[in-house]
Amino acid sequence: MTDTAAPLIALRDVFKIYGSGESEVRALDGVDLDIRTGEFVAVMGPSGSGKSTCMNVLGCLDRPTRGRYLFRGVDLAGASLDQLALVRRHYLGFVFQGFNLLARTTALENVELPLVYRGVPTVERRRLAAKALADVGLGGRELHTPAELSGGQQQRVAIARAMVSEPSLLLADEPTGNLDTARKHEIMRLLRALNDERKITIVVVTHESDVADFASRTILFRDGRIERDERRGAPS
Amino acid sequence: MKTLLMLTSTLGMALREIRRNVLRSVLTTLGIVIGVAAVIMLVTLGQGATDKVTGDIAKMGVNMLTVVPGAERRGGASVGAAPLTLDDARAIRQEIPSVATVAPSAGRGLLVVSANQNWSTTVTGCTNDYLSVRDLRLAVGRSFNEAEAQGGSPACVLGPTVRSKLFGQGDPLDASIRVGKVACRVIGVTEAKGQNTFGMDQDDFVLMPLTTFQRRILGSRDVGAISMSASTETAIPKVKTQLAALMRARRKLPEGAPDDFSVRDMKEISETLSSVTGALTALLGAVAAVSLVVGGIGIMNIMLVSVTERTREIGIRLAIGARAYEVLLQFLVEAVMLSLFGGVLGMMLGLVGSYAAGRALSFPFRVLPEVVVIAFAFSFLVGVGFGFFPARRAARMNPIDALRHE
Repeated sequence: MTDTAAPLIALRDVFKIYGSGESEVRALDGVDLDIRTGEFVAVMGPSGSGKSTCMNVLGCLDRPTRGRYLFRGVDLAGASLDQLALVRRHYLGFVFQGFNLLARTTALENVELPLVYRGVPTVERRRLAAKALADVGLGGRELHTPAELSGGQQQRVAIARAMVSEPSLLLADEPTGNLDTARKHEIMRLLRALNDERKITIVVVTHESDVADFASRTILFRDGRIERDERRGAPS
Repeated sequence: MKTLLMLTSTLGMALREIRRNVLRSVLTTLGIVIGVAAVIMLVTLGQGATDKVTGDIAKMGVNMLTVVPGAERRGGASVGAAPLTLDDARAIRQEIPSVATVAPSAGRGLLVVSANQNWSTTVTGCTNDYLSVRDLRLAVGRSFNEAEAQGGSPACVLGPTVRSKLFGQGDPLDASIRVGKVACRVIGVTEAKGQNTFGMDQDDFVLMPLTTFQRRILGSRDVGAISMSASTETAIPKVKTQLAALMRARRKLPEGAPDDFSVRDMKEISETLSSVTGALTALLGAVAAVSLVVGGIGIMNIMLVSVTERTREIGIRLAIGARAYEVLLQFLVEAVMLSLFGGVLGMMLGLVGSYAAGRALSFPFRVLPEVVVIAFAFSFLVGVGFGFFPARRAARMNPIDALRHE
């Protein structure tokens, strides 16, 4: 991680406003944020603080009402929905609180899915998906469906799915919200390892401080603004 | 290359989705199955009926025209019109060049009696030409010889029905039967033709020489009808006009007076019947096509349910980077595959069904390739048409809302 590199992500005076007039709600109220390649960022804040909205904007799932969103130096403020989809396809990986795996579909097929949209040939797709599953410690579970896996295992499948396309940025929205403490730490150690070993940039939204402790930087949202932005020393 | 890959994986996904819910998929496509099967069955059977009618009429005589006395009108020929004569037949043979054969005849319903059996049938006095005009062939025996035709010893040719009624399995040749009051020798039996389109037995008749019939049975020189065959099918209209003109002249009808005779033309009858069966087929086919639309609505219904059910999946796909049109394509392909699957199933069902029904009704079985193609194309279009709306609904989802959907 070098501080001189151009930021992977830069939000400049970003607003997200719902409604208008009296009922106007400013989910994001002038946010400035830089995230550099290789960072492991925890986004915290009470519910309604704008952390999820920020996540959606970062994840190109939502467009800001105002302001600039630079991804790898390219402004996405005016991008079309299809262009945003392509950014997601090629640069982003998602992990959700509810795992969001396709039901009645094997782990392998779930992990393959992003590669399908990338147009990777079947054989190569199988190989990469199997490898990604092995990387998260689920080698041998390729043909299990989500219903046959525990919550922690499902979340590992989801992480494998997010990682299989080698994204520039991994976005995790409350990834441990549905897990017990032991599983929670297991998942966070996995993310930590991905960040350490592969220099994957990770942004985790959480409201639990023990989860945030795994990150090297913590951003606290309140009322649509960044209230605090702390870095710990660079991870070993 | 990438698009092709995308398309094959979309096909794969659609197949998997259909297999995942086999019972629902089958029930969904049932409407299409029934629709396509109905269209194919009705059209194929309709075609079979038309073929049968055309074939039956060809059996009644090729290129045949018949002139009978009396104007054609509802309720039968008018009474009082002058009968035809043998001279009329002769004149037709001489004056109308496109006529190949002329066969004057006269008929009457009579009781025929053999040793211990009797049977009521139509007895026709005719010449040998009648056989060729009517397309009658002899199964056994011979036709009338010169002496018999000139009115010598009475001879007769039996239709197969009469033969079996009078003789059963026995040999009718050279047997003596009584036709009305005339004792008569059996010289031949014609080949069976079976029933015609109207269910009339075409084998129930006795033929005897016209001269004998006129002298011994009719007691007059009248001719009931003159049948003739045109040399070619295309000559039929010309023959018809010339025949009408000739008959008017011979019967001395003044200008403007209506015809007191009528000309029947097998081709005309056959065309009328064919067009009737054709129209009926089209009508029934259209009714069956409505069930295709109903089937399409069934597919749309299930696809809408499926889209709602799979909202989360759509959200996942969108988050992973599927573009709106790729989601649209996925659901559209699924609908089209369901519909085509139904189409193929319906096609097989329809062909098997029409084959079976055709056998039961003794219609000829002929598959019209264009109907199969149209049914296939139609089920494809139904899939696209009724799959589009649900697919567009899926494609227009907002990924954030879709992911949050419970």
